[in-house]
Amino acid sequence: MADIFAYIKHADGVAEDSALELMVAAKKIDPAAKVMAVVTGTGANLDKVCKEMAAVYNAVWKIDNAALAYPNAEVVRKALANVLPADGIVLLSHDTFGMDLGPGLSVKMNSTFVADIVGIEGVDGATLKIIRQEFSGQASTHVTCDISGGTVLNLRPGVFQPDGVKAGGDVVDKSGAAGDLSAKRKYLEMVAAEAGDVDITKSEVLVSVGRGIEDQENIELVFDLAKAMGADVSCSRPIVDAKWLEKARQVGTSGQTVKPKVYMAMGISGSFQHLGGIKGNPFIVAVNKNPKAPIFQVADVGIEANILEFIPALTEAIGNL
Amino acid sequence: MEILVCVKRVPDTSENEITINKGGNDIERDDLVYSVNEWDNYAVEEAIQIVDKVGGSVTVVTVGDSESEEILRREMAMGANNGLLLTDDAFEGSDGKGIATILKAAVGKGKYDLILTGAQADEGAAQVGGMLAAMMDYPYASLVNRIEVGDGKLKVGREIEGGNQEMNEIELPCVLSIQTGINEPRYVGIRGIRKVASVEIPAMGAGDLGLDAGSIGAGAAKVKRVDYFVPDTGEGAEMLTGSTEEIIAKLIEYLKSKGGLK
Ligand SMILES: Cc1cc2nc3c(=O)[nH]c(=O)nc-3n(C[C@H](O)[C@H](O)[C@H](O)COP(=O)(O)OP(=O)(O)OC[C@H]3O[C@@H](n4cnc5c(N)ncnc54)[C@H](O)[C@@H]3O)c2cc1C
Ligand SMILES: Nc1ncnc2c1ncn2[C@@H]1O[C@H](COP(=O)(O)O)[C@@H](O)[C@H]1O
Repeated sequence: MADIFAYIKHADGVAEDSALELMVAAKKIDPAAKVMAVVTGTGANLDKVCKEMAAVYNAVWKIDNAALAYPNAEVVRKALANVLPADGIVLLSHDTFGMDLGPGLSVKMNSTFVADIVGIEGVDGATLKIIRQEFSGQASTHVTCDISGGTVLNLRPGVFQPDGVKAGGDVVDKSGAAGDLSAKRKYLEMVAAEAGDVDITKSEVLVSVGRGIEDQENIELVFDLAKAMGADVSCSRPIVDAKWLEKARQVGTSGQTVKPKVYMAMGISGSFQHLGGIKGNPFIVAVNKNPKAPIFQVADVGIEANILEFIPALTEAIGNL
Repeated sequence: MEILVCVKRVPDTSENEITINKGGNDIERDDLVYSVNEWDNYAVEEAIQIVDKVGGSVTVVTVGDSESEEILRREMAMGANNGLLLTDDAFEGSDGKGIATILKAAVGKGKYDLILTGAQADEGAAQVGGMLAAMMDYPYASLVNRIEVGDGKLKVGREIEGGNQEMNEIELPCVLSIQTGINEPRYVGIRGIRKVASVEIPAMGAGDLGLDAGSIGAGAAKVKRVDYFVPDTGEGAEMLTGSTEEIIAKLIEYLKSKGGLK
């Protein structure tokens, strides 16, 4: 079995949560594998992260270069393709960086690629069997992947929960092998997301609306319900894309992270990018006309109904209390 | 600017309840409503807007069966100038690398400054654009939600976690994957569709593209879907049943006890 390499994302000298998740996934692929953390960056912050990871992984491969100060996937890809062995198993978190890096890295390493993995069944010879989802989580699949010539695997964030497993090893400086890191894409700057009128990250009760609301004029129904409940209104991404509500109300990985006591998901299917923004284990109520909607797997209470009828009826009943 | 936009015909998940067939080897395809992948629509709109500003043309391309022609026509009704259907029995069963290999061959038959894909499609892979770019040795940026055209290069914004935007400068030619919300895709009416109904859309197969069978299709695929299945997800939600009044009464009790009513 080839060695496993986990690419560690970090900022300000601290590794992201996914750093521990990748170790859990690696052990699912092969409990006996040697698992290396690969950490790129530069200077004191890089050393801090390497030290943190040396307590967890079997070894840390450090790649220090000024060109890696900001994790530009085009530059990181070159470094990894030069440093890692061709038959290596590379693990990335399936976040906006992993999506940027993984597919191209697998081409440059001439290896296979599987995105958004939610389960690992194990290895049989040179074949890895894994679980994925398709159609926004409405169907699950088993997928086989040939890993004889190496592979790049993107793992869904939050699925492989850290279990405290710690190996511990040395930091190995691989900076000399990074090679030419010039790239045709240059990082310029970060533009912070705009703040809105409401701060849904502080709300205790959220009535959250998704594409199931069908029409802009129906959004009013949601505000009426929220008012009756004393709640704030949040939403899924398509509602913001359609410009029916402002971006600051979007719950999810590319929106806000909320921690309410009660979360009412109205006409929201329950994609992992949406659920990724709901933290603190709230009481989730889901109303959806599709009994197979993935949201029902994570909700506490589910109601199969047309929200265009259900929301006004609920608003009225609460008003009559 | 000559722009190629890759588009895919997919089952519309907001319109369909997806169920798995008896054999567990596919989803039930009868009665499915298909449409162009949501992300691809934003990519086509963006391409049209760029060409409106700086000139050039937009070509939409898809790898699929004969039925995929309908989405090329739809995107041409939006304003794309040309369509290109890549279709061949030999393409069937391709994995992401296979699709990217076929698209690369098509790119080689034209002269494009900019190639756009959607951020992801029905399989949620988000892979074809990045693979195509690496195969072409073009620079790549994913999840783009802003494009400013410069001289021989673009300034692009990538939408990352928390809705923050990572600004980059990228040299042309390049491949970008487009995130939803970058624009507001225009509405396509019946009249628009009628206008392009009889336009001839060229089709190319493996032979026309100079592709050898060993690099594409099921035979070349090293990543394979084995089956579809219904996962054992534990209990899931407690489904409230009864008349609407009964359901609402139960729900209100829950909301009261959980602090959901103020
Ligand atoms: C990089 C990336 C980041 C993303 N970030 C986010 C994010 O931060 N937040 C986010 O939400 N999404 C995000 N997405 C998008 C995400 O993948 C989904 O596309 C999105 O969450 C779907 O929103 P939805 O559930 O409202 O719509 P859909 O998935 O279309 O679901 C609509 C639901 O409404 C139901 N419905 C329809 N009509 C009715 C009715 N009348 N009554 C009751 N139910 C009805 C349907 O059965 C369906 O389940 C991101 C995607 C990517 C690629
Ligand atoms: N069969 C296909 N034909 C043309 N473009 C495709 C095809 N499959 C995927 N793409 C493009 O690649 C993007 C990402 O899809 P995927 O990598 O499958 O998630 C899509 O939005 C399309 O732009």
